[in-house]
Amino acid sequence: MQTVLSDDQVQFKHVVHRFFDTHSTTTAVRALAETETGFDPLVWSQLSETLGLTGTHLPEQYGGHGFGPVELGIIQEEMGRTLYCGPFFSSAVMAGYALERFADEAAKTERLPQIADGSIRATLVLDDLNHPSQVGRLIAADQAGALTGSAPIVLDGCSAEVFFIVAREDSGLGLYALAAKAPGAEVSAQDSIDMTRKVARVTLQEAAGTRIGSVTPQSLNRFWDLTSVALAHEMIGGASRLLDETVEYTKGRYQFGRPIGSFQALKHRCADLLMNLEFAKAATQHAGFCLAASDQETIYPSMAKAMAADCFMEMARAAIQLRGGIGFTWENDTHLWFKRAKCDEVLLGAPYRHRARMMDILQETQDVA
Amino acid sequence: MSHDGIKAALEAFLDAEFSPDLSLVEWRKRLVSAGWAAPSWPDAYFGRDFSQAEALVVSQVFAERRVVGAAQVGPRRLAAETILAHGTHEQKQRYLPKILTGEHAWCQLFSEPGSGSDLAGASTRADRKADHWLINGQKVWNTSAHHADFGILVARSNWDLPKHQGLSYFLIDMRQPGVEVRPLKQMNGHASFNEVFLTDARVALDDLVGGEGQGWAVATATLSIERQGFARGRSQGAPAPASAGRVYEELARELEIDNEPYTWYPQREGRPDLILQRAQETGAIEDDAVRQEMAKLVCLTEAARISADQVSAHQKSGGQGMLPAGSIGKLGASVIARQAAHVHTMISGASAMLSGPESAFEGVIAETLISVPAISIAGGTDEIQRNIIAERVLGMPKEQRMDTGPFRDIPRNGQ
Ligand SMILES: Cc1cc2nc3c(=O)[nH]c(=O)nc-3n(C[C@H](O)[C@H](O)[C@H](O)COP(=O)(O)OP(=O)(O)OC[C@H]3O[C@@H](n4cnc5c(N)ncnc54)[C@H](O)[C@@H]3O)c2cc1C
Repeated sequence: MQTVLSDDQVQFKHVVHRFFDTHSTTTAVRALAETETGFDPLVWSQLSETLGLTGTHLPEQYGGHGFGPVELGIIQEEMGRTLYCGPFFSSAVMAGYALERFADEAAKTERLPQIADGSIRATLVLDDLNHPSQVGRLIAADQAGALTGSAPIVLDGCSAEVFFIVAREDSGLGLYALAAKAPGAEVSAQDSIDMTRKVARVTLQEAAGTRIGSVTPQSLNRFWDLTSVALAHEMIGGASRLLDETVEYTKGRYQFGRPIGSFQALKHRCADLLMNLEFAKAATQHAGFCLAASDQETIYPSMAKAMAADCFMEMARAAIQLRGGIGFTWENDTHLWFKRAKCDEVLLGAPYRHRARMMDILQETQDVA
Repeated sequence: MSHDGIKAALEAFLDAEFSPDLSLVEWRKRLVSAGWAAPSWPDAYFGRDFSQAEALVVSQVFAERRVVGAAQVGPRRLAAETILAHGTHEQKQRYLPKILTGEHAWCQLFSEPGSGSDLAGASTRADRKADHWLINGQKVWNTSAHHADFGILVARSNWDLPKHQGLSYFLIDMRQPGVEVRPLKQMNGHASFNEVFLTDARVALDDLVGGEGQGWAVATATLSIERQGFARGRSQGAPAPASAGRVYEELARELEIDNEPYTWYPQREGRPDLILQRAQETGAIEDDAVRQEMAKLVCLTEAARISADQVSAHQKSGGQGMLPAGSIGKLGASVIARQAAHVHTMISGASAMLSGPESAFEGVIAETLISVPAISIAGGTDEIQRNIIAERVLGMPKEQRMDTGPFRDIPRNGQ
């Protein structure tokens, strides 16, 4: 298995880094946060058509580039660093992986290429974002494929063109496709703490979905692992950026006749933050390598999600504390990352749930051994 | 060299040269001259220029075939790696082989009653005489000094220069009248460290390492090697391959002495390896609060392992230096040990107070709980690691110093 990024992957990281540095400045982020759809169509078409980022992790036979979780992680990390605003995570990652994992052959052939090239913006309607075992409690499908129920949090629900919906069936869960504008589907924007990622409630009343696949507990777990690790990379990117900027701030801010960064209390706090970041980063990268290497269920994806979330949140708290009053203002940019950290922390399961899952897996593998 | 090639060459060597009836020293001399005792060392000095991965193949073959390798235990490795990096050609020739054969045990004479974290504040005197150095002063917390034949020593050779510039680094013979070693009993009841009194002790002129006044640079190298050991987790106290024959008998005798100070070292790392078994045996594994803390511990131990692997992979490809990575790893080892002790305490409940015959794992858990405080002190305290990370990795501004100017004018303990 891989231990560190290959030269090609490092090269790719530079390219992606430059792109988001240019196109996802804090000025742009702030402007998009105030809009309803929360993304810039021009940047979206550049990143999907020109750079082809949306198809990075999807199989070549369905129009993707055939890379995997590691390359996707690189993109996510750079997006987290710059707080990229747009439907990449909802469409390419959540909807893309859902199709790849749950959809039948015909549906993949028909629909994945449009996700991979970004020409269609889709999102996944999951009625629970806390734990795979709770999915399917709120949305049900009848024999004819009519969908009824509600999902309180759907990423980019207002701007998506297509919904892929996981719904409860007589036995098990099915995957359905539905045009966002279809009769019986009602979308209402939800206010989120994090204005840089838009969410909506989707309510379905006998909406006529097309059944395109089945969701097994195993495939749902795998999907959860893949998306959790992508999200962990985003959090690592955000946390790294915060540490860099916070340390810079402590070098330039003077109190008591010296830079505050020369106070040992702050140095030691930053040293601890760096250690946490290095560990969370190592765990996250390793989780990507594990996912790329095999389908075997391991503790590492949940470990990455738990560690990255705790690290990002801790970093965000410190980033505000070390700035003092200015850190608590709207004008200062720090709160943008703080809010993303809070939402990422609970999206796809709060850290304690992932730690619980690690223990389940550890015990299972122990029993096998 | 391919890994299979290494394996084949080593197997052939072992088939031809190894016999359990050899004396321990005679066997290790053969290993040393063939470069198998320390394969990652340079060709020119008893090694084979192997990468870490290649060296790992060698140790795997040793383990598989239950063959006795070079002497490992204790500070001898710190001494060896430092001499390798900073010693003269003659020093390497004189000292390195006997470190590998186990003929010489070493200790580290750095800390003093008046200067621990502030190693550069050492006030043991080194006075240059016509044909030797004369050493006077006291060292303390010196692990294994009671078994050591030689010591790596930091002492002050110039009192008029600023503190970092007046230090020199020596290799000192411990078996001489001017050196007195007294064991110190620790809070866990063991006595692995000592105080060492140096009274007109002598060091030959050519046992100076790195030149007069270069002591700080050389000592820093030793410390960084030491921190990497913490970050990787130590193999001190590892059981020896046991089998019939003279070489195994002599090894068992050697380890009985060499390992004695280190029997509690795995415990100071918190024994995270025993957690799952303990939790299952006691049923604590059913408790959600315990499970959460166990998972946090697994996060730390696994991340530390992965991170150390990444650092070695980077180094192999000629990447960044090791010093900051060592400090992060050392700090991580402290955090892991504390979390492990915390979880052991949760699992044991009231029984955590017992250290007698009814204590868990024949007292190993009790010893863990009272040994963990050592890991955040030995080898540079947590606070010092944080200073290093903040100043050298993050580039944060240095503390204001009160200790510039000639050393003799700086305020010190006991003055
Ligand atoms: C088990 C064990 C084995 C050891 N083995 C050896 C050995 O073989 N050879 C050897 O030479 N030494 C050895 N040591 C000594 C060890 O390196 C020192 O104890 C350690 O460096 C701390 O020095 P000190 O004890 O003088 O404490 P001090 O330096 O007096 O520290 C006291 C407290 O002050 C804090 N402090 C000091 N300076 C600063 C600062 N600048 N910023 C913030 N906080 C600060 C420390 O973190 C600590 O909490 C060993 C110690 C132990 C516990």
